[in-house]
This record gives sequence, C-alpha cells and structure tokens, in this order.
Amino acid sequence: MPADHQSTRRSFLKAAGNAALAGAVCRVTLQPADATPAMLNSAIRNLVGEAPLRTGRVKLDIPPLVENGNSVPMTVSVTSPINADNYVRSIHVFNEKNPQPYVGAFHLGPAAGRAQVATRIRLADSQKVVAIAQMSDGSFWSASVDVVVTLAACTEEL
Amino acid sequence: MASTLINVPKHARRGDVIEIRALTSHIMEPGYRRTAAGEIVPRDIITSFSCRYNGSEIFRADLFPAISANPYLSFFTTASESGTFTFEWIGDNGLSQTASAAITVE
Repeated sequence: MPADHQSTRRSFLKAAGNAALAGAVCRVTLQPADATPAMLNSAIRNLVGEAPLRTGRVKLDIPPLVENGNSVPMTVSVTSPINADNYVRSIHVFNEKNPQPYVGAFHLGPAAGRAQVATRIRLADSQKVVAIAQMSDGSFWSASVDVVVTLAACTEEL
Repeated sequence: MASTLINVPKHARRGDVIEIRALTSHIMEPGYRRTAAGEIVPRDIITSFSCRYNGSEIFRADLFPAISANPYLSFFTTASESGTFTFEWIGDNGLSQTASAAITVE
C-alpha cells in the first residue's frame, strides 16, 4: 500500500478522534454544576451521616459507555488491609437517575480476604454511579464514574 | 423453583483467598415498569443474599431493583478450614431459597 494512503487514513482517524474528544469535553462542560440530584445526596447523607466522605481507596470498575442498561457489569474493589482489627465493613453503591438511589449494599468483614465485589446492575439513564466503602474505623471513602447508557432499563413498557 | 449456580473451589490451601460466585435465576421485576394498559407491574425482587462459612456469616448483600435480572454476585473470602458454604436468597412474595457448597482446606 502506498505511504500517502496510510498517512491520509491516519490523519483522518486523528481528526475523528479529536472531534470525538471535543464532543466529550462539550458534554461535560454543558452539565450544570448541581447535576447531582437531591435523592442521591440524601441517600449518601443517610449512610455517611456527619462523617467526612473522602475520595480514594475505592475503585469502581464499570464501562463508561453502555449499550444495554439492563445488565451493566460492575466491580468495586477497596484498597485496605484485611485483618481482625482493620477491614472493610461495607460497600454501598448509589446511582443518580434511577427511580431509587440505592443499587446495593454489600457487607463484608475481617474474613473477606479481599475487599472486592462484582455484580450486574441496571441503569435507567446516562448518569453518575457512586461507590462508597465504610472501613472498620468508621471512615468513608468513595469513587464515582460517569456512565453513558444508550438503551435504558427499569422503566420501559412491557 | 428458581435454579442457582454456585462456584466455589473444591480444594484450597489454608490462608488462600478464594473467589465465590453465586448466580440465581430470578426476574428481579423492579416495580416501575408498566404494561401496555398502563398498570404498574408489581415489584418482585430478591432483597437479601447471604453467605455463611461453617455457620458464620462472611458476606451479605442488600439488593435493590437496580440489580439486574438473574442476580450475579462475586466476592472473596479466606479459606480457613474445611467445611461448607451455605447461601441464602430472600425476596418478595415470601421467596426463600438456599444452596450449599463444600470445600476441603489442606
């Protein structure tokens, strides 16, 4: 294949990539600052109470682009030592725009071996998913991921 | 009755971290869908799952309508002694089902 063919194709792909990137940036900047609905916040407050909620230690693995919101694989893992004195007590997963803010609560303990849970969830819209871990010392850590959903779950007509 | 699929290693060395996977067939009707006539389909979900290792609880999950149909759960534990894992699913309309799996720890 001639070299100029290659380079045309490459530059086209580069341009397309840049355009997609620009689109993504636009989408983010167009979102209002208070995009987090009140239900999500109050559900998180119910769990955390007055304790500080820090970002980090939690890893939320979920595809950023989902074709079918009826079954979205999700893995939450928490960086923590696991022994009798120091372990992950529970992992909670919330969403922003489903009819209910709670997705699931997973109660672990000192026998967990590894603080990691995986399941499949439903997402009714493109939205933010939040995972919160409660440690045995009472501290809360969180991670969140924005997910784009093309086919929504939960509310479709039968 | 719903069928379940449990995946637990048959053998493990003492102290090994093992993965446990549990799948059960269930519609997990979220209770927000409507029929063509406009009536809401009543909620029918599994609300609670627990796993016991020789009687003591090592994992428990509270499930909500946002969990997909045929709920799948994967979690970990440390193999400490030979024995059995018992699994229990509790849900709407009086659903309660159990399953168990044995493990040999050397």
